[in-house]
Amino acid sequence: MTSSINHFRGQALSWELRNGVVELALHREPCNEIGSVALAELEAFASALEKLWYEAHAVIIHSTLKAGFSAGADLRELYTRSQEMQRAEAAAGVREFLQRVHHVLNTIDAAPLTTIAAVHGVTFGGGFELALVCDLIIADKMARFCFPELRLGLIPGFGGIPRLKRDLGNAVVRDLLLTGRSFNATKAQQIGLVSQVVAEGEALRVARATAEQIGKFDRQTAIAAKKFIKPIPYEELRQEIEIFCDLFTQPAVEAGLRKFVESADLQPYLP
Amino acid sequence: MRTADQTLDEILNLAATHFKVPREKLAPDEDFFKALGIDSLQTLDLLTRLENHFDVELPDYELQGVSDFRTLASRIQARL
Repeated sequence: MTSSINHFRGQALSWELRNGVVELALHREPCNEIGSVALAELEAFASALEKLWYEAHAVIIHSTLKAGFSAGADLRELYTRSQEMQRAEAAAGVREFLQRVHHVLNTIDAAPLTTIAAVHGVTFGGGFELALVCDLIIADKMARFCFPELRLGLIPGFGGIPRLKRDLGNAVVRDLLLTGRSFNATKAQQIGLVSQVVAEGEALRVARATAEQIGKFDRQTAIAAKKFIKPIPYEELRQEIEIFCDLFTQPAVEAGLRKFVESADLQPYLP
Repeated sequence: MRTADQTLDEILNLAATHFKVPREKLAPDEDFFKALGIDSLQTLDLLTRLENHFDVELPDYELQGVSDFRTLASRIQARL
């Protein structure tokens, strides 16, 4: 691992400050699953962001992996660790993990610079939640979004429901949550989630052009506008953690996780 | 509007091209997971390409129990 505030190279992610834009690249095989390693490095990023915003006007979050932006929480790590502990200890561990994730995502959500998620491929669960904290989502036409948590007996736990509600109509949120279906970038733009759909492989380039455009305007004005238009639903986010932790203790969750982990398919993402 | 056979033909062509499998090796009633050598992640990739090509939305739960090209074509045809 190499690091400074302006530059970091970790196992799960890296970032670089260049021309007033921080580019955060996710690169943990197979599909940027968010477990303990990724979380620790995201925490380092959130901490650095508190100093980086003096020198940057935008952040672009993207993935260098072919499979996609992020498949979400590391379910294999979650299952393995929960099996190694007593139920109460596992539940406490999950709560602590969620609180740490929420702190990171709330920091990015509220950051006083423009945040852009440049997504492609699988953008599922916690990966979708990471994209949702950004001010703008630019998706290439092969991006696919999903909240599959109900398939596991859970709800999204990284702030997905309050943030979806912030951005979309309630009927759409119900559809996505209750069916657990994935949907493509065109649909995502139609429902108001994605601001631009671009050709395959072009999301990062377009995100850079967008960040450059954003950089032309007065910073303080942009910060004031963002703060006004983008409230952080702190109370609902806290409620989400409580509901998630309560559901986690139910038998359906262990069964769902076991099915996922024991699947013959290395990446079992079909419903 | 496309016929079911046209839809099937376009699916087979698209799958062969994208996954670099000879077109003549893909049969309508063949298991596409095996024929294309793909996992569920790649199946989602195929689904997205098909949605973009046919300009339809196909919820992935409609793929439950679907493993051959002909049935996949009927699912898409139902959305045209």
